[in-house]
Amino acid sequence: MLRRASMLLACRPILAARARPFSTDLPAAPSADATFTEAWTKVIPNMDPPKTPLSFMQPRPPTPSSIPSKLTVNFVLPYASELATKEVDMVIVPATTGQMGVLPGHVATIAELKPGVLSVHEGSEMTKYFISSGFVFIHANSFADIIAVEAVPLDRLDVNLVQKGLAEFTSKLSSATTDLEKAEAQIGIDVHSALNSALTG
Amino acid sequence: MAMAALRREGRRFAPLISPRPISAVRSSPIVPTHEYEGPIGVRYISTQVVRNRMKSVKNIQKITKAMKMVAASKLRAVQTKAENSRGLWQPFTALLGDLPSVDVKKNVVVTISSDKGLCGGINSTSVKISKGIYKLNSGPEKETKYVILGEKAKAQLIRDSKKDIELIITELQKNPLSYTQVSVLADEILKNVEYDALRIVFNKFHSVVSFVPTVSTVLSPEIVERESESGGKLGELDSYEVEGGETKGEILQNLAEFQFSCVMFNAVLENACSEQGARMSAMDSSSRNAGDMLDRLTLTYNRTRQASITTELIEIISGASALEG
Repeated sequence: MLRRASMLLACRPILAARARPFSTDLPAAPSADATFTEAWTKVIPNMDPPKTPLSFMQPRPPTPSSIPSKLTVNFVLPYASELATKEVDMVIVPATTGQMGVLPGHVATIAELKPGVLSVHEGSEMTKYFISSGFVFIHANSFADIIAVEAVPLDRLDVNLVQKGLAEFTSKLSSATTDLEKAEAQIGIDVHSALNSALTG
Repeated sequence: MAMAALRREGRRFAPLISPRPISAVRSSPIVPTHEYEGPIGVRYISTQVVRNRMKSVKNIQKITKAMKMVAASKLRAVQTKAENSRGLWQPFTALLGDLPSVDVKKNVVVTISSDKGLCGGINSTSVKISKGIYKLNSGPEKETKYVILGEKAKAQLIRDSKKDIELIITELQKNPLSYTQVSVLADEILKNVEYDALRIVFNKFHSVVSFVPTVSTVLSPEIVERESESGGKLGELDSYEVEGGETKGEILQNLAEFQFSCVMFNAVLENACSEQGARMSAMDSSSRNAGDMLDRLTLTYNRTRQASITTELIEIISGASALEG
């Protein structure tokens, strides 16, 4: 009977406070916004304040005094992180003003991207992706964030389909009546001609 | 042995399915045994009631176990998507920082919740946080509006904040979540709602048992300009060259919209993960409770059955002995 009692006590699950939760993004910097938490606790004292994205992010290193040798690139898409803090020599991004080369020590820039080819140069190897617009942020500490909606390596593109799409959208533009249709057809033409030049050029 | 049995009976868990009111008099803690008078004054103790109860509890246990498996498989599917999308909002926070305590006139709270129930307390937490933010940002000349995604938050918020709700969107998860769908949604919201700051409230998925309520703030381009000019956290924004477009304002506008759709995409995925995880743990605890109830009912059933056999035997024997002598 006493043995039963000890067995019962042993089996009872002890919910230990999880120090390290099983998760992929660990809260690195618990530098939550102090003003927010204070204001919250004043107005709603019974509830814990919600967390904010800052507490889930790794803090970025500050601007170094000398130009670093490598550029750290984060290339993210909605469904995957293509490159995460990868150190490269140079990237060439298709900004709306044309192809822009980014080297370590580039001035801080925010640029919008148009459909085109993104190439990542690391030593002697070069990887090319076709991206469908997005944004690139270049920070002063030689970090580059490229956010695109879609990106495919160039070998996955089919030339015939590109030609077909281009013809289709050109015909759509000529037969478009409203501004909206014209704009949509124009976007299709832009993307397909960029695809075309990516495959040929 | 008797003490062990008594101790087992003494253990009280709060069952998920509320039993009939416990009648304190009888020996069985759950259900009163059904006694009624037979034709010649013979007493029958019916085990039918207990048996019915056992059948229904067993069915419920099967159902909740199945729901847990379904939630587990759905969780696996959404979890990979959510983890892959976690990199999406980080560049924006790195550039624009995070200012949840920004002071603006027009706040819009976007509450993300689930459509289906039985998922624990995550929807109530989201709604409580949204109401908290509303209260936090209330003041003279300030107004806060709600945009609701999901049936559960709609049911809770429509009760007392009906006039503050701008947009209600339901049936989000009918088709598998994709960025195109969320960007169309974001477009709708941005077109129809005037905002200075958008605060997205959702449950961030940490693990199968832990969901953290989170609020992400997206500022409109005018407020970004104002904050960067006044210095402080966004003061460095001015040092960034803006390439392309005719004016800086146009790029910032596109940036704000893109940021909103990216943050929404991540938020919706994380909330879906949290919903499945919460449903898993709710259904798991419910099946465990059902199992416990079933054990207790089985004991009651056996006791009742043995008692009725004993009663019959006693009556027969006493009847026989009365005839003899």
